[in-house]
Amino acid sequence: MTKADLGQLQQIARESRVQIIRMLAHGGSGHPGGSLSVIDILTVLYFSRMRYDAKHPLWEDRDRLVLSKGHCVPAQYVCMARAGYFPESALLTLRKLGSPLQGHPDRVALPGIEAATGSLGQGLSISVGMALGLKLAGKSARVYCIVGDGEIQEGQVWEAAMSGPKVGAPDHSLDNLCVILDYNGIQLDDHVKKVLDIEPIVDKWKAFNWAVIEIDGHDLGQIEKALDQAEAIHGKPVFIVAHTVKGKGVSFMEDNPEWHGKAPSPAEAVRAVREILGLPPNGGEPPAWAASILAELAAMEKK
Amino acid sequence: MPGKSSRAAFGEALLDLGAKDERIVTLDADLSKSTMTAKFAKTYPGRAFNVGIAESTMIGMAAGLALSGRVPFACSFACFLVGRFETIRVSVAYSQAPVKLVGTHVGVAIGEDGYTQMGLEDIACLRSLPNIPIVQPADEIEAKQAIAWAVEYPGPVYLRLTRQNLENVHQAGFRFQFGRAEVLRPGTDVSILATGGPLWNALEAAKRLESEGIQAEVLNVATIKPLDEETILRSAGKTGHVVTVEDHSVSGGLGGAVAEMLSEVMPTPLRKLAVSGFGESGDQKGLYAKHGLDAAGIAGSVKKFLSR
Repeated sequence: MTKADLGQLQQIARESRVQIIRMLAHGGSGHPGGSLSVIDILTVLYFSRMRYDAKHPLWEDRDRLVLSKGHCVPAQYVCMARAGYFPESALLTLRKLGSPLQGHPDRVALPGIEAATGSLGQGLSISVGMALGLKLAGKSARVYCIVGDGEIQEGQVWEAAMSGPKVGAPDHSLDNLCVILDYNGIQLDDHVKKVLDIEPIVDKWKAFNWAVIEIDGHDLGQIEKALDQAEAIHGKPVFIVAHTVKGKGVSFMEDNPEWHGKAPSPAEAVRAVREILGLPPNGGEPPAWAASILAELAAMEKK
Repeated sequence: MPGKSSRAAFGEALLDLGAKDERIVTLDADLSKSTMTAKFAKTYPGRAFNVGIAESTMIGMAAGLALSGRVPFACSFACFLVGRFETIRVSVAYSQAPVKLVGTHVGVAIGEDGYTQMGLEDIACLRSLPNIPIVQPADEIEAKQAIAWAVEYPGPVYLRLTRQNLENVHQAGFRFQFGRAEVLRPGTDVSILATGGPLWNALEAAKRLESEGIQAEVLNVATIKPLDEETILRSAGKTGHVVTVEDHSVSGGLGGAVAEMLSEVMPTPLRKLAVSGFGESGDQKGLYAKHGLDAAGIAGSVKKFLSR
């Protein structure tokens, strides 16, 4: 991928937020909060960073993305559709019988998904294995793994955290592995701090000998810069702590545990989309691509 | 002639196969001396990874390695390996990652270490997953060939290996056939379907039964999943009585698999000889006797079954 400019990326992220809301409204279930918190990170990865060929998803030299917090896969599906893995119309089959767009990622059903995830805590171990496999095969491809903040309460994550900097070293140190924490502060039941605080998170990963970078996970420029820094680090894997807001972009979803795993009603979806587009609650002129989506959601509301 | 354990055969086979195939890597969780991958690790240090006592991450890493073109053998005691069932279920099975899962130290035959180290539920757990074949070789010769087969098999696999030495039931020229049960001794009165450690005892039991006028047919069921329905049905149809023998829980193992199949296809009286309850510390012979898995126990159970 050649680097896109930030303005372009911002526009892609905005359109993707609209698509996430649209998909979930059609699907009737799913996880909007975490999908909206991770979409900026995914936008930079898919449209400015990763090397892949959507028409040849198993191309051996591709960069790998493992979305370990698999419940947020609607955000990934939106990026994959735009990247050309499948037609955009398939987005509306999310969670429907027979759809390759499973509620949680399924690599067999949907080429381009690298591993089944959603049973939390497993994606980092898989990513460590992939990064090692690529090193052993002499490939320069990189592995990106996105973990959730609630997810890292799982013990298997810390097994992998211990392994990452050690396994393969020194001949095959996993500096091709970049883990990104979508630190939105909320898990299913409540705020992470209330359920089981994961702090001090930077110190923990540093103590496990990872290179740690801390950023605002909604600042596309900071995400780009952190990924550049990560590529320049040699001899150890990198852990990026991306501070995010759950439900980012939709005021009534932001920082609200209620919206971890609940789809918006059509009326809520209309409200959400208008907010994402920066329109007033009523009136205003949506761009053409969004006008049809708003009309579609309004029609659903009337049913 | 007393032979080697199937785990020892595994260690030797890996050395040979590893010399020919660079894709082969091993993963261990601090039990490489017991799973017998230690020699491979010494010979090919760049292809052997000891992740510490962290079986879940070992299995996940194996999935990642498999999905990037390696042929990973993820090895531990069967109970610790399959104990991480959820990781096997999603990272390996659902992802269709061609990981070679190797569970050693199966059954009560491990003896003195007691229940916590005994793989007794591994077949039952893994049999519930749709795409992981289960293979338990009967002896050293079959083990080596099954391991070579596993390298070439394009999907995930579970190999169930013993700690204890196994008598050789095969000749040097034997060829392992995945998915096939094998008639080791023909008979007409009862079909004894055995797998792994107690197979030899089943053959010994058949000799005893012969002296009492009972002709037992003994089958080696090395492939527990998928079952060789054709061979088992042919034998069961002939004898009309089936006895399963295994060093595994009486629930969900070979006996369960055979019972499920027969009851749907050709209901046949069946007796399951296996381990009931938890295991415990003791010597192997004593434990096999206690659970009726020695020759005397198997012969006695067969007679009782036939005369019911």
